[in-house]
Amino acid sequence: MSPAASPGTSPATGPATGKEPVAVVGIGQTKHVAARRDVSIAGLVREAARRALDDAELTWADIDAVVIGKAPDFFEGVMMPELYLADALGAVGKPMLRVHTAGSVGGSTALVATNLIAGRVHGTVLTLAYEKQSESNAMWGLSLPIPFQQPLLAGAGGFFAPHVRAYMRRTGAPDTVGSLVAYKDRRNALKNPYAHLHEHDITLEKVQASPMLWDPIRYSETCPSSDGACAMVLTDRAGAARSPRPAAWMHGGAMRSEPTLFAGKDFVSPQAGKDCAADVYRQAGIADPRRDIDAVEMYVPFSWYEPMWLENLGFADEGEGWKLTESGVTELDGDLPVNMSGGVLSTNPIGASGMIRFAEAALQVRGQAGEHQVDGARRVLGHAYGGGSQFFSMWLVGAAPPTS
Amino acid sequence: MPAPRSAPRPLRDIAVVAFAQTDHRRTSDELSEVEMLMPVLHQVLAQTGLRTSDIGFTCSGSTDYLAGRAFSFTMALDGVGAWPPISESHVEMDGAWALYEAWTKLLTGDADTALVYAYGKSSPGSVRDVLTRQLDPYYVAPLWPDSVALAALQAQALIDAGDTDEPALAAVATRSRAAATDNSHAQLRGSVPHGEYAVRPLRTGDCPPIGDGAAAVILAAGERARELCERPAWIRGIDHRIEAHGLGVRDLTDSPSARLAAERAGAFERPVDTAELHAPFSSQEVVLRKALRLGDDVDVNPSGGALAAHPIMAAGLIRIGEAAARIGRGDSDRALAHATSGPCLQQNLVAVLEGDPR
Repeated sequence: MSPAASPGTSPATGPATGKEPVAVVGIGQTKHVAARRDVSIAGLVREAARRALDDAELTWADIDAVVIGKAPDFFEGVMMPELYLADALGAVGKPMLRVHTAGSVGGSTALVATNLIAGRVHGTVLTLAYEKQSESNAMWGLSLPIPFQQPLLAGAGGFFAPHVRAYMRRTGAPDTVGSLVAYKDRRNALKNPYAHLHEHDITLEKVQASPMLWDPIRYSETCPSSDGACAMVLTDRAGAARSPRPAAWMHGGAMRSEPTLFAGKDFVSPQAGKDCAADVYRQAGIADPRRDIDAVEMYVPFSWYEPMWLENLGFADEGEGWKLTESGVTELDGDLPVNMSGGVLSTNPIGASGMIRFAEAALQVRGQAGEHQVDGARRVLGHAYGGGSQFFSMWLVGAAPPTS
Repeated sequence: MPAPRSAPRPLRDIAVVAFAQTDHRRTSDELSEVEMLMPVLHQVLAQTGLRTSDIGFTCSGSTDYLAGRAFSFTMALDGVGAWPPISESHVEMDGAWALYEAWTKLLTGDADTALVYAYGKSSPGSVRDVLTRQLDPYYVAPLWPDSVALAALQAQALIDAGDTDEPALAAVATRSRAAATDNSHAQLRGSVPHGEYAVRPLRTGDCPPIGDGAAAVILAAGERARELCERPAWIRGIDHRIEAHGLGVRDLTDSPSARLAAERAGAFERPVDTAELHAPFSSQEVVLRKALRLGDDVDVNPSGGALAAHPIMAAGLIRIGEAAARIGRGDSDRALAHATSGPCLQQNLVAVLEGDPR
């Protein structure tokens, strides 16, 4: 490591006051597909990492540490795969951390990496999340029976469908809202070259005519199983100054957890999600998220979670989220675009899905989102959740550096 | 390995202020992971008088592969009392790395206290088989080379290099288990037969016991640490490094990652009086003593170390806890704590802990 790689820890900068600002200067992802039979797990992650480094115009030698995340090891059948992946990610001789917070892991992984910079432990960090679902079967990986514990009942859909039903009953939302979300996200995905599902002939009628899987969730309202990886290069203020392309600056980031199952839990709008968003908004100085935030990449594995999270994240009052969706506010050209990339509904390498949300938020404020760019996106929220709506991680990134 | 710069000075003083662990046992069939963990969480909180709601950040370490189910840690979190919701994270690594994540969180100033816990129940399965799943999934794991066989390769390399011999390894095991006589939590204590060969040149006595257990630590920053603890164990430096996975590209008689982590943690700036090493096999203590430049005057593994108790995923965190507890008792002023992960010491973490001058 050269001293220049970690200016935050060099004695020349003197005593630190407050957190070091954190910038995203490199983003890379793979073209997400159902099965990447042409590469190993190592080949998959290296492809995304290489693209992130190229975007930042940095080399492996510029990276001080690697923070990697993925969802359960059982999805590929490799225990603690960071050990095997150390070589592929240029981590030999460096610190390497492996985060695992269920479906929120992609977001949490990025946040753990930001702490290394914000706490001035390192100057430039590579963070990456992946899933290669074709190596196994995630549905049954989630359904291993354990005595005395609630099984997930044939994958995630069986667990989440009753909570969607509860949302519909509570808010009186018409049963057409879910299909609107799926139709929107799948159309957005057509503008994202990395998205898994490119359904060129998608129509609203096709979504509505798709088979019912877990009532009220239809086949076309569920996420696919994807192979894919997403990587980001995070750096400090000095690193950002050297960046060849615009940086995305982190203005706030937080994680919150609550128990999976207990009598007082609100599965429709978990308190941990509300608290997590409130913490991020406080850090970022967001008074009114509906007005102050330009776009949102949120974790929507089943279509109905868009209106549910719009309420949970404070973009709509309780019971009103579905009205935003129905009125077109969340369309790509709407007033509050949601899941410009096509979202988890179009691309779901589970462990990477949270980081893709975070990375898409950063792409937007860097003005690098291509065909699915939202004009003038200055502040964008990235959101992830996991477990039985138990774990939440979010960050808000901006085009300008934080002022405090 | 890149040339290290001098160790960075942490931005805040952060200390271990409490430590608790289970009695580690060969089996714990009657307990769920949560039931095994909860007494430890209560003990460590009671030591400081803190409640869950007082804790700024919580981080845990465990592995799904021991539990045999995906997302096993989500149920363990229920035992923490995560309501109202808490700021929390998890590493699929030994709890020593969870402590590292918590340390970085405290450095940012976003929290002043952290609860770190780790647990592992090895008894339900065959650890030797389970750990083969850590290996390269395409080229190595299909051959099922087990953890004892890989450690034996390393031990034989050491013997071939003239770094040790079988009687010296036996002495490491005897010393460790004798030291554990005073450790009521240890699983193997006192005079333990050196046994038959497990995989030549390692005998059963050179190998760790298979057992279940949990541990928890509380960290606090600055003045908060002094309020919570009479003699905090200040983390003067902590660093971890990983090496290549393939055993064929590593010198198994050396541990450059442990040496680099120690250097970055400031371990070589002044001598330590105590070292708690996570060396599950007697031969690995030989490697680590050399890499970490530990002389005969250093008290190595006064707890008995991993040869006396080895709850996988907690054993590294226990090393930090034991070193901190020793400082807290006034038995040490400057201690090195070490954790490892992966086959043949692939990944290593070193923390340097100090008590206030007396």
